[in-house]
Amino acid sequence: MIAVARLVAAKDLRIEARSRVLLWQVLPFGVIALLLSGLALGPAQAGNSSAGPGLFYLVTLFVTLLMINRSQSLENAPGTRASVATLGLDPAGVFLGKALALTVELWVTGIVLLAGSVLVLHTALIGTVQALPSILVTLATLAVAGTLYGALTQGGDGPATLLPVLTLPAFAPLLIAGERSFSAALHGGALWEWWVIVLVALVAYTAVGILLYGVLEES
Amino acid sequence: MVVRLVNAVVMSRGFALLSGVDLEVERGSLTVLTGANGAGKTSLLRLLGGLDTLTSGAGHVAGVDLAQGDRRQLRRRVGWLGHEGSFYADLSVRENLVFAARALERPVHDVDAALERVGLDHRVDTITKQLSAGQRRRLGLAWLLVRRPELWLLDEPYASLDDAGREFFDHLLGDVVRAGATVVVSAHDPLRSREVVARTLRMSGGRIDAP
Repeated sequence: MIAVARLVAAKDLRIEARSRVLLWQVLPFGVIALLLSGLALGPAQAGNSSAGPGLFYLVTLFVTLLMINRSQSLENAPGTRASVATLGLDPAGVFLGKALALTVELWVTGIVLLAGSVLVLHTALIGTVQALPSILVTLATLAVAGTLYGALTQGGDGPATLLPVLTLPAFAPLLIAGERSFSAALHGGALWEWWVIVLVALVAYTAVGILLYGVLEES
Repeated sequence: MVVRLVNAVVMSRGFALLSGVDLEVERGSLTVLTGANGAGKTSLLRLLGGLDTLTSGAGHVAGVDLAQGDRRQLRRRVGWLGHEGSFYADLSVRENLVFAARALERPVHDVDAALERVGLDHRVDTITKQLSAGQRRRLGLAWLLVRRPELWLLDEPYASLDDAGREFFDHLLGDVVRAGATVVVSAHDPLRSREVVARTLRMSGGRIDAP
């Protein structure tokens, strides 16, 4: 399982590095969305860092949906699905590999968006750095859950447009916990209780993915 | 026998893709499925490859029971080459084959031998989406040579190939069959190969027509 996960993650990251979809399409979209959020708040409010965590996670949500679709579309190219299926790869390993690659991509995106938050939304730099571990864990959880839901909507004949509708109820607690944790790092407050929610979700989604990814792929 | 199907039926959303197929394929043989579009050629190949499930009837492919066996086990024993191409478009020729080799725990040096065999050894670093249709078919053959499956399933492999490409394909399939592999090919026309004797079966309406 681990060997398959490493193989699939390396393949997905190599494809991403080569196609540069993240660099030239997803990141510019995220930065523009963050910039527009800052403009929408107005110059007076843009300096109000209390809005930063919420806007960061709102933009992260948009970007995550794009990247889940991208991750799944790699496997759905005509002919690729059947050929790769006949390799008989361990579905749990495929799930872990795709989730790992998506996690790395979301971390890169998240760090760029955090820099944008500091510059555009004026979130405090020290607080943002302190929030970084909780943000990375939240992004990893979004990646793991997103990989699972991505297989659900695209593994068979399910329309990709279902992805936002299906994922929002699942992502909402993660986004709220992530935002609360980020805010706590900026303004003080209970940090660990939000961490626990995200960590439990990470473990739960990983376990469900390992068990069910093969079933979803076959559906 | 590598393939034995008895009254195999495959349904999808109430529509019969295969409606009672009886088929036996011997080891080390080449079988060509012909017929019009929608005759069931691809559906039959997908069933043999463990990509679709049997709705009713019985069948064994490469020693795996289609009704109750482990489909993943079956898939590891067959090789599939679709007419659309079969690879990750943004990986290079060599990277695609290394991925397949590592997935199957085959030695990576098999990749270079396969690329040389299909005449793509000068395009190893070319990104797959930049290959011509004919070169992609050759890459598909290299993918199967690396995999060395028991049963080769080729869906319309001759589509968009010129005469030289067809001849090369036939020649390689002849070698593969003589080496003991079993090949089932779908094609619109009977095989013109003089390399190997092929059995041609005509399909229509999800069945194999009586000879």
